[in-house]
Amino acid sequence: MSALSQYIDLYRNHRDAFHTGAPQAMNDLRGVALSRLEVASLPRKGSEDYEATDLSSVLADDFGVNVNRRDFDADVAQAFRCDVPNMSTNLYFCLNDRYHPSRTALLHDQGGVVVETFRQAAHKHPQLLAGHYGRLAGLDNPTVALNTLLAQDGLLVYIPDGVTAERPIQLVNILTAAMPIMAVRRLLIVVGREAHAKMLVCDHSQLTTTQALALQVVEIVAMENSTFDYYDLEESTATNRRISSLFVDQRAGSNVLIDGITLTNGFTRNNYRIEVNGEHADTQLMGMTVASGRQHVDTHTFIAHNAPRCHSNEMFKYVLNDEAVGAFAGRILVRPGCPRVEAYQGNRNLCASPEARMYTKPQLEIYTDDVKCSHGTTIGQLDEEALFYMRSRGIGIDVAHTMLMQAFMSDVIDAVRMDLLRDRLRHLVEKRFNGSLASCANCVSSCKTPN
Amino acid sequence: MTDNQQFIAQAANEEYKYGFVTDVDTHVLPKGLNEDVIREISRLKQEPQWLLDFRLKAFAHWRTLEQPSWGQLKLPPIDYQAISYYAAPKKKTDGNTGEMDPELVKTFDKLGIPLEERMALSGMAVDAIMDSVSVRTTYSERLAELGVIFCPISEAVRDYPDLVRRYLGRVVPYTDNFFAALNSAVFSDGSFVYIPKGVRCPMELSSYFRINAAQTGQFERTLIVADDDSYVSYLEGCTAPMRDENQLHAAIVEIVVEDRAEVKYSTVQNWYPGDKDGNGGIYNLVTKRGLCRGDHSKLSWTQVETGSAVTWKYPSCVLAGDYSVGEFYSVALTRNYQQADTGTKMIHLGRNSTSTIVSKGISAGHSQNSYRGLVKIAPKATGCRNYTQCDSLLLSDTSGAHTFPVIEVDNDSSVVEHEATTSKINEEQIFYCNQRGIPTEDAVGLIVNGYAKEVMQKLPMEFAVEAQKLLSVSLEGSVG
Repeated sequence: MSALSQYIDLYRNHRDAFHTGAPQAMNDLRGVALSRLEVASLPRKGSEDYEATDLSSVLADDFGVNVNRRDFDADVAQAFRCDVPNMSTNLYFCLNDRYHPSRTALLHDQGGVVVETFRQAAHKHPQLLAGHYGRLAGLDNPTVALNTLLAQDGLLVYIPDGVTAERPIQLVNILTAAMPIMAVRRLLIVVGREAHAKMLVCDHSQLTTTQALALQVVEIVAMENSTFDYYDLEESTATNRRISSLFVDQRAGSNVLIDGITLTNGFTRNNYRIEVNGEHADTQLMGMTVASGRQHVDTHTFIAHNAPRCHSNEMFKYVLNDEAVGAFAGRILVRPGCPRVEAYQGNRNLCASPEARMYTKPQLEIYTDDVKCSHGTTIGQLDEEALFYMRSRGIGIDVAHTMLMQAFMSDVIDAVRMDLLRDRLRHLVEKRFNGSLASCANCVSSCKTPN
Repeated sequence: MTDNQQFIAQAANEEYKYGFVTDVDTHVLPKGLNEDVIREISRLKQEPQWLLDFRLKAFAHWRTLEQPSWGQLKLPPIDYQAISYYAAPKKKTDGNTGEMDPELVKTFDKLGIPLEERMALSGMAVDAIMDSVSVRTTYSERLAELGVIFCPISEAVRDYPDLVRRYLGRVVPYTDNFFAALNSAVFSDGSFVYIPKGVRCPMELSSYFRINAAQTGQFERTLIVADDDSYVSYLEGCTAPMRDENQLHAAIVEIVVEDRAEVKYSTVQNWYPGDKDGNGGIYNLVTKRGLCRGDHSKLSWTQVETGSAVTWKYPSCVLAGDYSVGEFYSVALTRNYQQADTGTKMIHLGRNSTSTIVSKGISAGHSQNSYRGLVKIAPKATGCRNYTQCDSLLLSDTSGAHTFPVIEVDNDSSVVEHEATTSKINEEQIFYCNQRGIPTEDAVGLIVNGYAKEVMQKLPMEFAVEAQKLLSVSLEGSVG
């Protein structure tokens, strides 16, 4: 039995429960998703774009889905305070796959910014949901099709034309369960013309022994001349698996920054697909990973330049320790008739232990001559001479290591366009290198092992 | 369209000057591929039983495979039953005098290949191969004095069966891939080179491949063995007549490099590329691989690819010896509707092995040019180093340039670097040249030659001049 069939059976057996209360736009796509999944097979390890990742084994375990939408008794707003100090955000929680606003979010209206669940949006903004849900994601990728089949709710973020959201929107995803669970999450973000917003998504897990899978699809539409920053920070546990697919549709003059950061996790596969559809659009796609133990982080990116005179910059950095496995496959496509595109793709990796493994595949596919495209990849170690220099000045080996690794990550951290978040990240990365991340000072719920 | 663009557009239209056909009587086996054909090839070549068994095993394996389709290529299905797998000029030599058929001599003269010993000044030993057989190998006797064996592989099978048997299929087994299996089943002539211990081969060795007969394919097999402390530089050139049909060239090159030995393998590939509308041309689907078995061994691939309708090959190095060195230098020029998907694999198995890859792609017309490569560092291959640079130059807005490098590193003491750029010819450079009275056509030639210089410098001198000429001829009319 393939890993997918158990979920297909689950859907068939509980079809009514999946459809009940879900918006029409979601239910409409399930039939097609099902027919795709029935003939789909998961890519095998070693196949194109899955050099290091075996999706079948990731999905093989029998994960439960909260079909009947039971609520958990946790008061997350009270328990969870792992936010960025001094940064006021409009905070939302997602407990497994159920969304809750915090009290502060309800108090602060931001000039018409809409943050609501798909179920709410089905009544209040049905045209937004119907117009954009599933449009970018498509159903070609089996994990996206699986998400489309099983998702029962999601979060819609809509920044109306001309509106600037002063306060960043923060979404905290928390996984908690007593048995293996799959959280099927869905985000739809529509940034209107001339609108500006920032969003921070943090993935947390409280599970240290129970397996959990987050199956996530994010769709972002950035309209003409809009600005949107999306920061995705994963701090979960070794039992956590995450398959995330993020899709962006960029219109003319839009400026989008995507920053994906993995500090602690079990298995992570992040897909990014960015379609640049308008002239003078600017894309920044950044990411960094610090992995140790048996962490597995696989990133797949695709930036398609479908319009002339665009600019994109991509940089992913990995530091791998112990038996960690890192993979990066990136592709930049410049379609015919798109001159004056400038695209840069970089992937820099540090292997810090003999058992660490890194697979990388940066790719360029160019069909127009008047372009400037380049990519660069390195896999190496910390500079021995720099280490020696620091030690000769009395800096201990551990501190010197941390300082160099911190410096290695600095350009990804510096790309963050929120001062407080940047400082916070610097602090988190330093703690991560020190091995003391799992004890955030003022978090009572804690992502660390429960006492 | 600016002057530059017009010039670039013109430059790609230079006619292929090796497109003539030699009128010689040729013995051609009927079309089709089956066990009987393989037995017949083996019989014609008077091969021993073990080689026939090898061919039949390869054929049985080939039948279980399907033609791969993962390349960045539009390769129509090939009808393997519509090809004749053996074609030999009937009169290689005059039986009485040992003289070569004058037609063949004329052909190779026309191609600029010195087959006569009197052309000793050229200082190059040549193995000339027409269709399925070697028609002449020069200097064999003189090389033999040093113990160097340089002969057609069919002769080597007869004269040095142990050596051939020991190394054949060792680096590229018939199970390697579809085209390797096909070649192993039907291979015809190619060169066999053995350089004994401690010998530095005093002259360049070269093979010249010529497809002449219609509706045939060429399936040559080259095997080079460089024993401890030896050195050899080997060149390969190729041409074919202009025809509307696509002809298949599926060769295997195997190289074994022992302790402290060095092999330099250079290719100037100028198979017929098809006409300007993409009709005809050679499908060049070749498996080339070298095994650096010994410590401190070195293998260097240099290729200038200007011909073929489709080029699909990855000359590779398996760096098994400690401190072994692999190099790959490539210039691939595609124009009209040519397609190239080429690159290399550097498999680091030995400690402190190093590799360098420099690949320059130039695409004009409607062509597609891809670099695809693999750098793999095995867990025990500590202290390895790789540097890869692949640049693409686009000469028209209808051509494509693609880069697909794969890097796998399994330890923490190796350093791998990869860089790639894609751009068109720098307008400022052209402007600068124009300003100094250099017409655009020459300016583009200069810039492209400068761009490819890093690779050209790696070619042996005689070839470098040829390759440079070839490059500028190929560019003529495709520059703008």
